[in-house]
Amino acid sequence: MTDIYSTAGLIGIIVGVLTSAIRLATPYLYAAIGEAFAQTSGVLNLGVDGIMLVSGFAAFYVALQTGNLWLGLLAAIAVGLLMGLLMSFISVTLKAEQGISGIGLYIFGLGLSSLLFKVMVGTVKTVVGFPPVKIPLLGDIPLVGPIFFQQSLLVYGAFLSVPAATWVINQTTLGLKIRAVGQNAAAADSLGVDVNRIRYFSVCLGAMLAGIAGASLSISLLNLFQENMTAGMGFIAVALVYFGGWRPLGIMWGALLFSTVNAFQLWMQVLGVKISSDVAVMLPYLLTIAALVFAVNRARQPAALNVPFERGTS
Amino acid sequence: MPTDEAVTASRPRRKPTIDWGAAAIQAAPLVLAMGAALLIGAVMLALLGANSFAAYASMLTGVFGNMSGFTQSLVKATPLLLVGMGICIAFRASVINIGAEGQIILGALMATWFSLQFRAWPGWLLLPATLLMGFLAGAAWGFVPGFLKARLGVNEILSTVMMNAIAMQLMNLLLRGPLMDPAGVTAGTFLHQSERLPEQVWLPRLIPQTLLHAGAILAVILAVAVYIFLWRTTIGYRIRAVGLNPDASRYAGIRVPFYQALSLTLAGGFAGLAGVCEVIGVQRRLLEGITSGYGFSGIVAALFGGLHPIGLIPASWLFGSLLVGADKMQRAVQVPSALVDTLQGLIVLFVVGSALLSRRWAAQRQARQAATVQAKTAEVNA
Repeated sequence: MTDIYSTAGLIGIIVGVLTSAIRLATPYLYAAIGEAFAQTSGVLNLGVDGIMLVSGFAAFYVALQTGNLWLGLLAAIAVGLLMGLLMSFISVTLKAEQGISGIGLYIFGLGLSSLLFKVMVGTVKTVVGFPPVKIPLLGDIPLVGPIFFQQSLLVYGAFLSVPAATWVINQTTLGLKIRAVGQNAAAADSLGVDVNRIRYFSVCLGAMLAGIAGASLSISLLNLFQENMTAGMGFIAVALVYFGGWRPLGIMWGALLFSTVNAFQLWMQVLGVKISSDVAVMLPYLLTIAALVFAVNRARQPAALNVPFERGTS
Repeated sequence: MPTDEAVTASRPRRKPTIDWGAAAIQAAPLVLAMGAALLIGAVMLALLGANSFAAYASMLTGVFGNMSGFTQSLVKATPLLLVGMGICIAFRASVINIGAEGQIILGALMATWFSLQFRAWPGWLLLPATLLMGFLAGAAWGFVPGFLKARLGVNEILSTVMMNAIAMQLMNLLLRGPLMDPAGVTAGTFLHQSERLPEQVWLPRLIPQTLLHAGAILAVILAVAVYIFLWRTTIGYRIRAVGLNPDASRYAGIRVPFYQALSLTLAGGFAGLAGVCEVIGVQRRLLEGITSGYGFSGIVAALFGGLHPIGLIPASWLFGSLLVGADKMQRAVQVPSALVDTLQGLIVLFVVGSALLSRRWAAQRQARQAATVQAKTAEVNA
């Protein structure tokens, strides 16, 4: 056991906690950034957790069978796309109540991933996941290097998605259209924006990112698949979108807050701090409720969130 | 959502006539949703290398081929009915309660702790007190997200999901500590289950040698009571008004946040009762996995029952049968019962997806009827 009372030991622990905090932020980031796209366009996709589960299984299974992690990632994205299409069809084309269709997608994903896992794999197996990639020069900086620049590719990708999403939403025509259909679909429609098409695109993009989030769990962080392995992570990601005020940067801080609490909690268990693991496991969920309570930026909420668009009704 | 019902409720009573056309329009999407889900299930079974026909046949014979399967379907329908009527109440106030899993757990925990704590009490006192305490525990677990929604606008779907996870950890914690069976501790097995509950708190079994317990009757009585509550009382009327049109309700002086919080609290209470019935009716002790996913299946049943407590009675029996059938199928053709969870998700998607169709059909039918009336009036005038 690490000696926590020496300076070197303490620094070692802090580096360890922060390194895993950056790692653990990955699935939250992908899923929440994706959800931000869907919500900005006016669709509340509550099926994120279900998408993560099926995609996580697909990535794991393909990686297990072929040994090719990139094929696994591709499978996860494809599954995300398919489930995104299903969600958009129900919520956008058929204009269903979004809260419930999302829960339907979640129940479907939870059942399907368990079913496929039981039939196709059966027992706990592990794969060799994406290895850490040390970035030249930056990775050699003491303390900072191991925390930020010796992570796996999917971790870098998650953090790069933050500026990328900010740019797309705020600086491009596409982003403007996404925001427009989320604020006032009828007005956007009258200006010739194809509301349904933009919403399909946003939900599917979000679902593909949720797919990567699932893959990041099963072939990068944990390197295995278990039934219900997300344990509600997808729902926390949806909450993070509220918490981050629909801005990618705000979402990133929220994701880091969560992953730091998680990493800290795991380290406390490793170090044998006298705190029941059940209480520690409750922390993220309690924190989510607190985050929802203190998500003060509600004024930023897309005005048409949860409102299906039908020509001539508003 | 049936918008015309609020009007019907306030109208003076007259001889009820069944509008078969409207009923068909309401029921058709359900039949389609179930059919489509079962069809996809058949394809999945085939892809998994099982004989779809044999699988479905094993479900049917498993449930209806013998007394035990049939009573099991009623045993599973009981918690679905209790959970579902809570979902109906919440839904009528346009509050979505995903927290039934957690509320079931709280009801079960409370029933276990309470009946063990006061095991000296006679049955006539202990049984109703346990039921009441379980209801209150579930209601408290529903009140928290209800309050957060009413006061702070916190999305209730997300908060109830989180409350589920917290309840699950709470149960794990208690079953590994204070509630663990002392016999398991002395024997060194340390099973994660509670002591057997005192005999006077057990719900009587309706048919000997089966698990069918009096909770089933209680659930049906409560479903009727919830119907009367929602459609024949002022509070129920207000709950439905809040769901139908929150803005109009606000102008009419109805405290919308209060009724939303109330509906979620009541929903929690009924889910809590489901938890009580599982421990005092079926298991007679608290076990891990006591919810068996009833919190989610209850949502499916409620949607399928048209969010109506009376429609829910056959719907929960249908889904109870489906769950029993899934277990039988798992044994007969070795396809995991998770298949039925998958199908339940699809049924939810199809039912909410087809609501648009039935709305369109209803509108078309109304337009046709209006046209006929118009034509007739024109005829008379001419």
